[in-house]
Amino acid sequence: MYLFIEIQHIDKIYTDKDNNANTVLEDINLEIPKGQFVSILGPSGCGKSTLLSMIAGLTSASSGDIVVDGATVQKPGKDRGMVFQEAALFPWMTVTENVIFPLRKDMNKKQAVERARHFLQMVQLSNYAGHYPHELSGGMQQRVSIARSLAMDPAVLLMDEPFGALDEQTRSRLHGQLEKIWIDTQKTIVFVTHSIQESIKLSDRIVVMGTRPGTVIADIEVDIPRPRDAHKQQVTALEERIMGLLKGEIDKVIDEELAYEARR
Amino acid sequence: MKPAVKRLIFFAALILFWGLGSHFELWHETILPSPFSVWDALAAGFADLTLVYDLVASFRRLLIGLAVSLLIGTALGILLARSKTADDTIGSMVLALQSVPSIIWLPLAMMWFGLGEGAIIFVVILGGTFVMTLNVRTGIKNVNPLYIKAARTMGSNGIDLFWKVIIPASIPYLVTGARLAWAFAWRALMAGELLSAGPGLGYTLRYASDFGNMALVIGVMIIIGVVGAVVDQLIFQRIEKNVLKRWGLES
Ligand SMILES: Nc1ncnc2c1ncn2[C@@H]1O[C@H](COP(=O)(O)OP(=O)(O)O)[C@@H](O)[C@H]1O
Ligand SMILES: [Mg+2]
Repeated sequence: MYLFIEIQHIDKIYTDKDNNANTVLEDINLEIPKGQFVSILGPSGCGKSTLLSMIAGLTSASSGDIVVDGATVQKPGKDRGMVFQEAALFPWMTVTENVIFPLRKDMNKKQAVERARHFLQMVQLSNYAGHYPHELSGGMQQRVSIARSLAMDPAVLLMDEPFGALDEQTRSRLHGQLEKIWIDTQKTIVFVTHSIQESIKLSDRIVVMGTRPGTVIADIEVDIPRPRDAHKQQVTALEERIMGLLKGEIDKVIDEELAYEARR
Repeated sequence: MKPAVKRLIFFAALILFWGLGSHFELWHETILPSPFSVWDALAAGFADLTLVYDLVASFRRLLIGLAVSLLIGTALGILLARSKTADDTIGSMVLALQSVPSIIWLPLAMMWFGLGEGAIIFVVILGGTFVMTLNVRTGIKNVNPLYIKAARTMGSNGIDLFWKVIIPASIPYLVTGARLAWAFAWRALMAGELLSAGPGLGYTLRYASDFGNMALVIGVMIIIGVVGAVVDQLIFQRIEKNVLKRWGLES
């Protein structure tokens, strides 16, 4: 299998103004084959966003390398689309203008608009092409931002808790849409979440991270047939297994916070 | 009741009180002329076109001064936002300059540019420039970092990122800056005209005062206030509201 993303010995250390080193990520190693839907699951603060933003090229590693499709990541590029927890649409542009933003330099306006239409159709928002973001609900905005990423035809889609700010019903609908988009486009998707259910519902593989410092504590293949909703028992079993893995991690966070409170 | 209706009733009552007070001679006509005298003075001023010339002259100075101050203010604001050194040096000077009324520059401006248009326009420019500068600077510095991150993942950087994302994202601040610049420039203009040669609203105000024409003094004061309020509410606040809504900063 072709290893599409290789994360090799990544460390990330932040130093604050008093020169205290905070090791956020320690020796992260991952190999992600082309077309895989992989979730990165872990408690809040374990460095998931930091890792994803390194793959995007927005943050640099303290040591180690990230290779995407044979090239070491140095800076952001259109081969890696990113969807953030907030939609990050530009409010002064219409939906279509937002979607063609990454296409401006690669094709003429007519082609770009045509392409935008195609991807807006994919997220079922073609009727909102002329609307401004503030006229859309949170879930619709997030779908536009997914369409915007897909429109630039990235090799990898990086998603940082993209549905975290949405209500339960909207989230569940978008899970279905994303699964379909993934099957249709065969993109490699790296999906960050702190929700065990979400990761099991969507992914081929779950990378479980522990915290302080952030490390990979388990790498689980999910071989439950899709749609996963139809296999409740297997889902629940896996949920419990992961819950057990994370329990220690969550206790660790709570202990640390208590200790911090006590010190004040 | 609608705010507009309340406002109308309030002003009607105010003028009624003023008219009744004058009628029953609660105060002397030379201290506060009656609304009718003020109305007559204004009507005469518009009939012989002197007030029209004044308005045209004042607006000409204002538009030139405001346009120049918006240009300089924007350029300076961009510089302060982009360069830490400029911010530490020029930035502190701008803060100092912003805290004084620009009319204090008039004596110096008269030495440099003579008693005519130049000196007044200079004071108007100084009136509007610094508040625009500070707003542009703040706007650029407060651009949501998420927009910048998102744009970078879509292949935008450098000059493209600046003009296509950072500047549009700061437009709400630019609009507020322009509104405040107009208000400061308008005040500076009136102060400058009071102290220099005509035509102009401020000049006519002083001229009327010198000749004891209190009705015209009050008439011109009313024009100055009405122009200020109308431009602010009908033009700037409307634009500001639309922009804030579009930019998702207000529901
Ligand atoms: N720019 C930064 N400077 C200093 N510390 C940071 C920075 N970004 C993240 N961190 C720290 O790194 C840790 C991991 O953050 P993050 O990657 O956002 O975690 P997650 O996405 O898993 O919740 C946190 O403790 C956070 O405080
Ligand atoms: Mg995060």
